[in-house]
Amino acid sequence: MVKTVFSKGKIVAKTGNEVMAEAMRQIAPDVVAAYPITPATEIVQIFSQFVADGKVPTEFVAVESEHSAMSATIAASVAGARAMTGTSSQGLAYMWEMLYIAAGLRLPIVMAEVNRALSAPINIHGDQSDTMGARDAGWIQIYSENSQEAYDNMIQAVRIAEASKLPTMVTTDGFIISHCMEVAEVYPDADVKEFVGEYKPERALLDYKRPFTLGAIDLQDFYFEHRFQLAQAMRDSKKIILDVASDFKKKFGREYSFYEKYQMDDAEVAIVTIGSAAGTTKVVIDELRKKGIKAGLIKIRVYRPFPAEEIAKDLSKVKAFAVLDRADSCSGTFAPVYLDVVAALYANCASAPKSENYVYGLGGREISMEHIEEVYMKLDAIAKGIKKASTQLEYINVRIK
Amino acid sequence: MKEDKKLTAAELPAGGMLEGGTAEEFKTGPWRSQRPVWNKDKCIHCLTCWIYCPDASIKIAPDDKKTTVVTGIDYDHCKGCGICARECPVKIQAITMEEEKK
Amino acid sequence: MSAKMIEVRWHGRGGQGAKTAALLFAQALLTTGKYIQAFPEYGPERMGAPVQSFNRVSDTPITIHCGITEPQFVVILDPSLLDAVDVTEGVGTQGKVIVNTSFSAEEMAKKLGIAKEQVFVVNASKISTETIGKDIPNTPMLGALVKVIGNLDINGVLDDTKSKLEVKFRSKPEVIEGNLTSIKRAYDEVKNS
Repeated sequence: MVKTVFSKGKIVAKTGNEVMAEAMRQIAPDVVAAYPITPATEIVQIFSQFVADGKVPTEFVAVESEHSAMSATIAASVAGARAMTGTSSQGLAYMWEMLYIAAGLRLPIVMAEVNRALSAPINIHGDQSDTMGARDAGWIQIYSENSQEAYDNMIQAVRIAEASKLPTMVTTDGFIISHCMEVAEVYPDADVKEFVGEYKPERALLDYKRPFTLGAIDLQDFYFEHRFQLAQAMRDSKKIILDVASDFKKKFGREYSFYEKYQMDDAEVAIVTIGSAAGTTKVVIDELRKKGIKAGLIKIRVYRPFPAEEIAKDLSKVKAFAVLDRADSCSGTFAPVYLDVVAALYANCASAPKSENYVYGLGGREISMEHIEEVYMKLDAIAKGIKKASTQLEYINVRIK
Repeated sequence: MKEDKKLTAAELPAGGMLEGGTAEEFKTGPWRSQRPVWNKDKCIHCLTCWIYCPDASIKIAPDDKKTTVVTGIDYDHCKGCGICARECPVKIQAITMEEEKK
Repeated sequence: MSAKMIEVRWHGRGGQGAKTAALLFAQALLTTGKYIQAFPEYGPERMGAPVQSFNRVSDTPITIHCGITEPQFVVILDPSLLDAVDVTEGVGTQGKVIVNTSFSAEEMAKKLGIAKEQVFVVNASKISTETIGKDIPNTPMLGALVKVIGNLDINGVLDDTKSKLEVKFRSKPEVIEGNLTSIKRAYDEVKNS
């Protein structure tokens, strides 16, 4: 029987898109500026229907491109509004320069982002190439395994962004979560409203009695300090993220952290991954455990800021691990998440376990339980000294030759 | 001009925010090679110079009748570009440019 | 995948409501207390083109998010798909196939190339024409699926469908009644012979 975690919660069957739009309705930001057609998913389209139906008092600005969507969101945020937007894939790519500006100006914008592949060739299916490319933009990045997490992450993101003064994107895997109807628990409007609270910007451009300048030129003498501030804010946001998660647990009962550990206590082999594939991995782990293989999972939720020390500590205990990346850096070396994980281990641990890096699922390519099991079996062989870990980037379910 | 101690990352407001009106403390007057000279008697207070001045260096104030009038030139900030002199109506020529004596 | 989890694949043509059927089925089973998933085939959506949608149903939370390759149940909304799509792919010797057709289970089994025990037939097009007034086979097929799966609560499904339709067709009670009757009739009429 499906039960609620929160006493006043309600169980619904909704797609990832629907719950993210629902969270936006409950948060009821002052302004949402977006370009609500492909490659964006239905999120802002559903939200704009809420606006049209009078279900949310938000000012909805339908702009003519994602670059304008982010520009208008930035302007609304600077003016003192709680501002949100949403996009996906090429839409995020088109926002690129404005992403950096939102972060550089330290604006607490929240974005609902659906992870979809980047062109070319044209493909709008699930992979994380879009947000992985934006990983250095100065945005907090929170990834969701399923609809429930997407909903909860959106609600938390508002407070995280506003407390850290960093724009925050919440993502789901395209189609796999965004278009999949699942069981989700939604909370009453009043409780969400109470949790996110009222937005009181320290400074707002519409406050004409205390005028200020934003976005001025910043040369050799100050630019570096400001960029340091941004990087420091990202480091400092770790505490904020945990505090908000703690409040969230107190209020709604669900537990969140930088990452979720599944069967890691005694794990000898582990997979590190992000997003919906983690759910499938959990099922594989349950099967492998029955066969006596001590498999575990680290599912990264907060990728920016990257919880380096924490992950290093947890991973240092396993004998072998693999990082499954749903994006390729095309860097000649490894994929993004692996680089972060390995750097974390190298910096924090005297010795590190054997490791491998796999790219999977580009453009929505299937990742099955068998694929994941194969990775674990290889790790098990590496852990037992039967096989050697690959020294290069490996690929899952792609026709190479 | 004495060198200010520059603020550190910990001291600077976040996001490159600057308080309004900080340009007032930044004196650009010494950049001038020519100075505008305003002739009070010729001036018809059309405020054309005030509109055109790129450095907000035409001083204005309300007079007895609460009409806004030109009261002089802010030599602390005027860079001597000469736009005011050029834009002053041809028949009036209340502002003329003179060599800056240094 | 837990042994208790049910996986369903729907075959239809773009516009026939295969996706809607999967969504309705999932929503209805949620109200009976099951964990559910419903997702369309991740492909281009074109009217008339063969499309698929999927369901997972379980008594415990569903974390798996890969595709369904070996469904226990396959529902075919349009019999013309048999010539265009390999509808029995992954069905094996245990999976059950429910077809909207006027043929008998025996005849369908021959066409599909699987054992007669695996084939269930119901003339959903005829039922929907008689009850709703249009050939909309997806609603009656819900009833047929619930029957073939076996241990599901048909009354819960009917109640949920009723409450959903009541919102949509407040001014047309005959549409609501027609849909509910079509589900009940298909539930009763689906057969393995």
